[in-house]
Amino acid sequence: MTKEPIEDALTAQAAAPAKKTVQMPVGVPGYTLAEETRSVPATEPPVWPINKDLKYVGQPIERYDGLLKACGRARYTADVQLPGMLYAKFVNATVPHAKVVSIDTSAAEKYPGVKGVHVIQHVLGNAQLRNPALDPAKYPVVRYAGQPMAAIAATTPYAAEEAAALVKVKYDTMPFVVDDVKARDPDAPNVFPGAADEAGSAGGGGGPHGVAQTGNIHGPSIHKRGDSEQGFKDADVVVEGHYVTQVQTHSALETHGVVADWKPDLLTVYASTQGTSGVREELAGFFKIPLTNVRVITEYMGGGFGAKFGAGNPGVVAAALSKKTGAPVRLMLDRQEEHLSVGNRPSSDQVLRIGAKKDGTLTAIHLIAYGTAGCGTGAGCAGPAQNLYQAASLHTEENDVFINAGPASAMRAPGHPQGAFALEQTMDDLAVKLNMEPIDLRDKADTHPVRRVERQIVRESELWKSRNPVAGADQGPVKRGIGLAQSVWYRFVSMGSNAEVRIHKDGSLEVFSGVQDIGSGIRTVMAQILAEQFGVPPSQIAVKVGDTNYPEGPQSGGSVTTLSLTPVVRDAAWQASQKFLADIAPALGTTAGDLVLVDGEVRSHSGKVAPISFKRAASKMTTSQIAVQAKRIPDYDPKKYLTYGGVDVAEVEVDTEAGRIHVRRVLSVHDCGRPMNPAQTISQINGGIIQGISFTLLENRLLDPKYGVMVNPDLEQYKIVGSREIPEIDVRLVEAYLGQSSTDASGIGEAAGVVSIGAAVANAVYNATGVRIRHTPMTPAVVLAALRAQGKKMA
Amino acid sequence: MPDPRESIPASPPALTTDSGKSGISRRGFLKGAGLTAAGTALLDGVQGFTSEARAQSPHGVTEFGPGAIPVRLHVNGAEHTVEIEPRTTLAEALRIHLGMTGTKVVCDRGVCSGCTVWLDKMPVNSCMTLAIDAIGHHVTTIEGLSTEEKIHPLQAAFVKHDAMQCGFCTPGMVMTCAALLERNPHPSEHDVRHAVSGNLCRCGTYPKVFAATLDAAGTLRNA
Repeated sequence: MTKEPIEDALTAQAAAPAKKTVQMPVGVPGYTLAEETRSVPATEPPVWPINKDLKYVGQPIERYDGLLKACGRARYTADVQLPGMLYAKFVNATVPHAKVVSIDTSAAEKYPGVKGVHVIQHVLGNAQLRNPALDPAKYPVVRYAGQPMAAIAATTPYAAEEAAALVKVKYDTMPFVVDDVKARDPDAPNVFPGAADEAGSAGGGGGPHGVAQTGNIHGPSIHKRGDSEQGFKDADVVVEGHYVTQVQTHSALETHGVVADWKPDLLTVYASTQGTSGVREELAGFFKIPLTNVRVITEYMGGGFGAKFGAGNPGVVAAALSKKTGAPVRLMLDRQEEHLSVGNRPSSDQVLRIGAKKDGTLTAIHLIAYGTAGCGTGAGCAGPAQNLYQAASLHTEENDVFINAGPASAMRAPGHPQGAFALEQTMDDLAVKLNMEPIDLRDKADTHPVRRVERQIVRESELWKSRNPVAGADQGPVKRGIGLAQSVWYRFVSMGSNAEVRIHKDGSLEVFSGVQDIGSGIRTVMAQILAEQFGVPPSQIAVKVGDTNYPEGPQSGGSVTTLSLTPVVRDAAWQASQKFLADIAPALGTTAGDLVLVDGEVRSHSGKVAPISFKRAASKMTTSQIAVQAKRIPDYDPKKYLTYGGVDVAEVEVDTEAGRIHVRRVLSVHDCGRPMNPAQTISQINGGIIQGISFTLLENRLLDPKYGVMVNPDLEQYKIVGSREIPEIDVRLVEAYLGQSSTDASGIGEAAGVVSIGAAVANAVYNATGVRIRHTPMTPAVVLAALRAQGKKMA
Repeated sequence: MPDPRESIPASPPALTTDSGKSGISRRGFLKGAGLTAAGTALLDGVQGFTSEARAQSPHGVTEFGPGAIPVRLHVNGAEHTVEIEPRTTLAEALRIHLGMTGTKVVCDRGVCSGCTVWLDKMPVNSCMTLAIDAIGHHVTTIEGLSTEEKIHPLQAAFVKHDAMQCGFCTPGMVMTCAALLERNPHPSEHDVRHAVSGNLCRCGTYPKVFAATLDAAGTLRNA
């Protein structure tokens, strides 16, 4: 089909927008800073210098909404109360695997206070059969204990809970499996009667579609580079290890949930979510209504860590109940449901082999990995093996193993803490075998220019210098050790990032985006960017986020938010400032080209106009407001600087009699492009380290093999580190300019230590004791067993 | 003002639990039990409890509930009357009935301290405290720590040190740390760690909570 001429013209215009050539800072100040040339759209703002030459951006500006949070005035979804609001409660499956014969809600319907009952016809989150005809049941098959089946809406939380207990579900139970090793046995009960793949709303955590499936094993998904057989032949030394990591739950303090208010023309949903736009899309799709009829609001949300994408079962069920009852419906999960049904970090069971030359050159990396994402997929953990080092050859196989447990979802650097736990310990094993220092081996095997700088900072640190290279050298039962590990994450750009900047005639400034604050502080960063542009303190900027009525914002997953949105905010602010100068120039008796906005003042190049404050200049606007909306443009050089990361060092004390590991100190050296706000960035890195230590030492979702239920779905038996286990954390933030956007920011959420700290702790334990622990969580029982297995007679 | 006695059922229905699923749980019992004469020390705060009502009791003991009864609570310096079932926790009374949602409910069983409020300056888990047990006590919530005129130095220090991320644990953290500063103006970092050892933060903001609390202690000492 021939194209219309007008279409050709549009295509040509789109393909070749006006460009300009700019010089950008690239590299690490004090180490590798240089300039690189970029060709960028002519509408882009001038290149920013490095942080030390900026006034607001790159400074530890106080959190924009800090006082609201500290004073309990920040409104979370759990806090929303609407007039006439009903409280909803799920009825959950009590068995791990069953066909549902009947669901009798008659007693619940008659219970005082009950206003609506909803029976779930289509459960979200579980993997879906490629051939749905294999499950011809009326109700969704129960694939895990805790799967939502129905829900009650009532006038009080008590009435909803009591009525939910009156719903009678008749099950036709089936054999089940909750052990991910047993599930791999050809004779194990099958979780699905045929091949199944992750459904659409996995929030980036799902596994590949369409791969082979045998029994419960969904995979392998194979990734190859070069010839690994030859790579091992070429090796002087080969090391291999078997590593096992457990399932971790996100355990965000605010549970999943929504308040849904269905009106004929507009469904308004307050959601605890990492993506207002994703919730909107899923609801519009589920109810077959236009996007414009759904508004999603997230003023504040109490943590997500990857699990809060899409409307999910709570979102669609609350909306359905609101539609039925004509009243707003609040459906917040309880703590048990939060553990069972809305995501977790998959387990891993990895055999990793590395071949190397005597000088440390890697010839081959070979990984066979299994893991369970419950009745979902997404247990792949080969990211670090594929991307941290540049071996001559690579072969990875990732397999999902279905079990009768709640589906996984993305969790902070999906797959990477597991993968790095194996990779970075194996690298240390290799260093021992090659009689090399672990940091020297990494210098040889890792060519990333920023991590090279980060290792240099580690080398020069007091902590690393205090390391005894001889493993297990300490006398006495409590042994001290130091280890390091490296982290890798990726530059993902969310092109669905939009923002609007408005200048008002009274000199006030507003910035809008649908983006939500998940705790990383995006409001602060947006205010800093406008402050830098207009010379107004950040606290005076009105930042409006978390509402789909605003221009669509990125969904906050994969460390995309700051990276994707900040250039958009800067572009909108810059373009608005240019429109503003053009608008007021005639009133000032000059031309736009003569004016410049610097440090909160409008100044004239020619000297024709005396400098006037921005506020006074705004009063000369010919309209009541100037508004500019901008969208994300692609990275300036999308082929370059695709990964970033860091190096973490842990100092541990191992009590070889009690088996207890105490992490005393952590040195965390990380990069994230241009750090927009070091205070907030360091907060995130502290958090990554602490969550990672918690994963490494304590957390464990325990499933009862006899009954197929989780035995610790709470916060007392599901152990998370607390204040007394927190090490002294020394974060060194490395500015690493990449020349990629008008702000040149990257993300930090995933790379922030959570990837590497587990392996760093394990390497430190080896350094302390001479014993390698390849199993998480490293509880006292695991530590003592490992010490015993290696025949270490303790003092 | 209507006669509050009208809301007290003459013949209360049988005790109920909050969940029929697995019999009576420890907490279900706590929340489900009506107010009996065992709680007579508290009855002064239950409006309308008079000798007349006592005499009318059909069971020989005084019972209120499980229906709603009017209860007088003293919160952040003001008197509030709420119509609540006796099983209502203090957290529920504050959040649902008084709209004071600064207090957060996280674990709902007393292990995370997200719901910390003060009873007469003693930090308690409001999810494990019945509202009727707060009768006669001065309840302070996160909303009441600062005044219109003056931000509490600890809240200011939390902002200065960025001692928060998602912010959901923050009200509980602040109430716990502020209580520490009330009883110990010279805390060490060890003291702060000990004080917040029951406060769970999933974002991992502890190092800055320690720094903010020590900083605020200095500010308060010099005030």
